[in-house]
Amino acid sequence: MALSDVVTLGQYIPGDSLLHRLDPRTKFLAATALTILLFFVTKVTGYLFFLAILLAVVTASGIPLRFLLRGLRPILFLILFTFIVQALFSQEGNIILQWGFLVIRDEGLWKAFFMSFRLTLLVLVTTLLTLVTSPIDLTDGLDRLFSFLHVFRIPVHEIAMMMTIALRFIPTLLDETDTIVKAQISRGAPLDRGNIFRRLRGFVAVLIPLFVSAFRRADELAQAMEARCYRGGEGRTRMRSMVLHWTDLWAALGALALGLAALAFNWLAVP
Amino acid sequence: MRIEAEHLTYIYGPGLPWEKRALDDVSLQFEEGEFVGLVGETGSGKSTLVQLLNGLLRPTSGRVLLDGVDLTDKKAPIWKARLQVGLVFQFPESQLFAETVAEDIAFGPRNLGLSRQEVAKRVEESLLKVGLEPARFRQRSPFTLSGGEKRLVAIAGILAMEPRVLIVDEVTAGLDPRGKRDILTRIKLLHRNERVTVIMVSHDMDEIASLVERVVVLKGGRICRQGLTREVFSDEESLAGCGIQLPTIPHILSSLVKAGWSLPVSIFDVREAARLIAQEYHDGII
Repeated sequence: MALSDVVTLGQYIPGDSLLHRLDPRTKFLAATALTILLFFVTKVTGYLFFLAILLAVVTASGIPLRFLLRGLRPILFLILFTFIVQALFSQEGNIILQWGFLVIRDEGLWKAFFMSFRLTLLVLVTTLLTLVTSPIDLTDGLDRLFSFLHVFRIPVHEIAMMMTIALRFIPTLLDETDTIVKAQISRGAPLDRGNIFRRLRGFVAVLIPLFVSAFRRADELAQAMEARCYRGGEGRTRMRSMVLHWTDLWAALGALALGLAALAFNWLAVP
Repeated sequence: MRIEAEHLTYIYGPGLPWEKRALDDVSLQFEEGEFVGLVGETGSGKSTLVQLLNGLLRPTSGRVLLDGVDLTDKKAPIWKARLQVGLVFQFPESQLFAETVAEDIAFGPRNLGLSRQEVAKRVEESLLKVGLEPARFRQRSPFTLSGGEKRLVAIAGILAMEPRVLIVDEVTAGLDPRGKRDILTRIKLLHRNERVTVIMVSHDMDEIASLVERVVVLKGGRICRQGLTREVFSDEESLAGCGIQLPTIPHILSSLVKAGWSLPVSIFDVREAARLIAQEYHDGII
């Protein structure tokens, strides 16, 4: 199995749904707004409403649900950890279970449930954003969105460009790692056998060639960019300029309305 | 060493949307001491096949036997058996990492757990096998060598494992004509002097025709044609069906045959081809 099959960073899935076509800035702002709102939701009905909205949006995007759930895999441990800590160390409410010094109270259990549910929803929202927006679009959008920071002498464009390049080279370097690992295993490197120390020592034989090639690539890329007169963001025009459409406005308003509805639901609901 | 591949199938990313069947039920043998060419279009499954042959990849189904030992057996301690099949990857110089040439070549033998003296001996021998003078190269940094020398050092690093089978993947890619000739000569000598089985993957049909005894042509993960070099390179039409062109000389001869000349097609020696063409031309005038 190739490394790039395991690591799914920049997990964009191309598509042509409304969500795909939205301006990356709209998507980014809407996702941010929704995640902030999420912190104000405190009741079961509020969460359920939020989940319903999210599922509706996912369905509209045409992304298979299992891809969305795959985004949860890396933080499964964190969610579990949060749940256990909250469940065990809460001091309020009635005791429902006691086993030695371990005490589980009903309040704590509620809190544990809410916290881990909130964390899950947070990750789902951001995963959805990266699933429907190509990394290049996303960094471009961030570039534009934060370009006002230029006033404070923050090199927004350069940071965005670095992010773009880093994202672009992740699959390339993964493939390269794959090849070098295989080449060294062919020379008997103890990368796939023996204890952890033996394995780690073998990794020197992988890391050095990888660094050498990363530097060489960086050098080549810098030359190629300079050969095309790249000199930073100032005065640079774009082939695909970002234009906000009416749909972006509707989407933004829609996200806002749904978020507020979730809040209203939350305050009005009893449990 | 005899390699048998039985019904090899390999699927990349099974069950994913980008699932790809790289090899589809491929069975073939490589006999001890053979020199075989493995050719095919890009994506025909050559690289996957060679990685299966030394156990870097595990087949989705099928078996690989090295002198009867099953490489796909998960329980057997086969990592040493695997190293009998030395694989020289494309651009092998990208795997160089040590401070000196000698250190880099010693990496493989040390992993085999050999004694200090044995390692030193193997470093010397492998440098000689690739035609680099040990006294001149031993202490140099691999990163200061020329492209061709780097590649020879990388190959020496594989030879130091003393494999019984040597698989080379596009070993002359990106080298100048002299570097190409050097490397091919060295491989030919290895095959002749050490009786190492050589499997050569290449896109350069002239290279293949001038060296190998037998050719295996892959297309779309299946064997499209295989046989003696002369047989395989005698039929332009069926080769084209496999996405492969004839080597230069057979291609010229084949064009003449189409124009009505009566000549054999699978000749790989320039002089012989010239002689036959001259003779035919002469006969035609009379």
